[in-house]
Amino acid sequence: MSEFFSRGFGGRRRPPEGKADRIPPGQYYEAGFPVLTAGPTPTVETGSWSFSVDGVVGAARSWSWDEFQALPAEEVPCDIHCVTKWTKLDTSFRGVSVDTLLADVEPLGGYATAFSYGGYTTNLALEDLTDGKAWVVTEWEGEPLPSEHGGPARLLVPHLYFWKSAKWVAGLRLMDHDEPGFWESNGYHMHGDPWREERYWND
Amino acid sequence: MERLTPEPAAAVVPKAPGRWQIATVTAIAVETPTVKSFTLALPIWMPHLPGQHYDVRLTAPDGYQAQRSYSIASSPLTSGEIQLTIDRLDDGEVSPWFHDVVEVGDKVEVRGPFAAYFVWSGEQPALLLGGGSGVVPLMAMLRHKRLTAPELEMRLIYSVRLATDVIYAAELAAGEETQLTYTRVPPPGWEGHSGRVDAAMIAASGVDPARGTAFACGSNGFVESASRLLLDAGFAPERIKTERYGPTG
Repeated sequence: MSEFFSRGFGGRRRPPEGKADRIPPGQYYEAGFPVLTAGPTPTVETGSWSFSVDGVVGAARSWSWDEFQALPAEEVPCDIHCVTKWTKLDTSFRGVSVDTLLADVEPLGGYATAFSYGGYTTNLALEDLTDGKAWVVTEWEGEPLPSEHGGPARLLVPHLYFWKSAKWVAGLRLMDHDEPGFWESNGYHMHGDPWREERYWND
Repeated sequence: MERLTPEPAAAVVPKAPGRWQIATVTAIAVETPTVKSFTLALPIWMPHLPGQHYDVRLTAPDGYQAQRSYSIASSPLTSGEIQLTIDRLDDGEVSPWFHDVVEVGDKVEVRGPFAAYFVWSGEQPALLLGGGSGVVPLMAMLRHKRLTAPELEMRLIYSVRLATDVIYAAELAAGEETQLTYTRVPPPGWEGHSGRVDAAMIAASGVDPARGTAFACGSNGFVESASRLLLDAGFAPERIKTERYGPTG
């Protein structure tokens, strides 16, 4: 806790009653769903869309949009935390668990790079993607995921800052080492746990 | 290529950015009815890249804290201090504090500089597109260009609603880089562009899409529209860097 106080500051955007313990340190409660992207929004057609799992795996896999839609999907109620300081509570997505996607590929490395249409990448440890902690989602609150939020499909890793939840995701590349992705090469933390405030390189 | 930022002075620069420190407000400039610029003297200063930001943290007497990120408006050649330009958002909690409470001499907790993507590292030609207070990180680029290499090709397309919304008006008017457009009401006698940024403005900037890098900053709507125009003008996606002002305050 800081010893420093800001003269005349009272705080006007405190979280709703009873929800303060769901707001990580340094975050504030946001009712909307802001858009943050480093470049133009890419256009990704489901007709040519595919999702692949490759890299250091026993057997690489790839799914077309129709094949992906046939996989077992689940509702994912969650809170999301953006490194730009907003936290959105009680939202929900629908998609396929990464556990399902990795079931038959036999990962041989402990890390992954998520890669996206448009060239975005982000790195994750395999343990942050498995055991019901990550999904590839195609719906947000009952509707198809809008393109500005990463549609037709984005990664969802709600326990990490939201830049790890790659928009327009095209696949996961399994790796035998941790390699920084786009924001991780540009000043942001390799892991990104909001509860430990892992925002920037030296946090 | 010549280095555009000063050599770090080993005695002054900490090993890493990012430690919280307590800055002192040394000057406040009123830019528009809703925008002020705050000059902060930093005990641990390090040169930033034009386009980087600082985080600000306010603490209430009961321990409640609020953090926000603000783009640096100043050139890294202004040693020992940074300037943050802050738009007052009525439903915010940090920007109204800056506007309504802060006086010269007040202390503010900050850390930075952060992020290394939406930064100008001397690329040329450069086309800057700013909507409203999205001009702030672009101003750091323009100021640094003027100080280090005034002959470099850098153009600014700056979209505002009204004449009274122009941040840095006198400073921008002192150079030839800027094309303004007024989306609501142009000033009397205005013969320049009115309405939203369009293909003609991008063409008139003269920046060659095959060689130039574009930096677009503003609301999500502004940046989406600007990005589409830049793509249509022939800028490759990897030559279009964007920063969107989400809800903040």
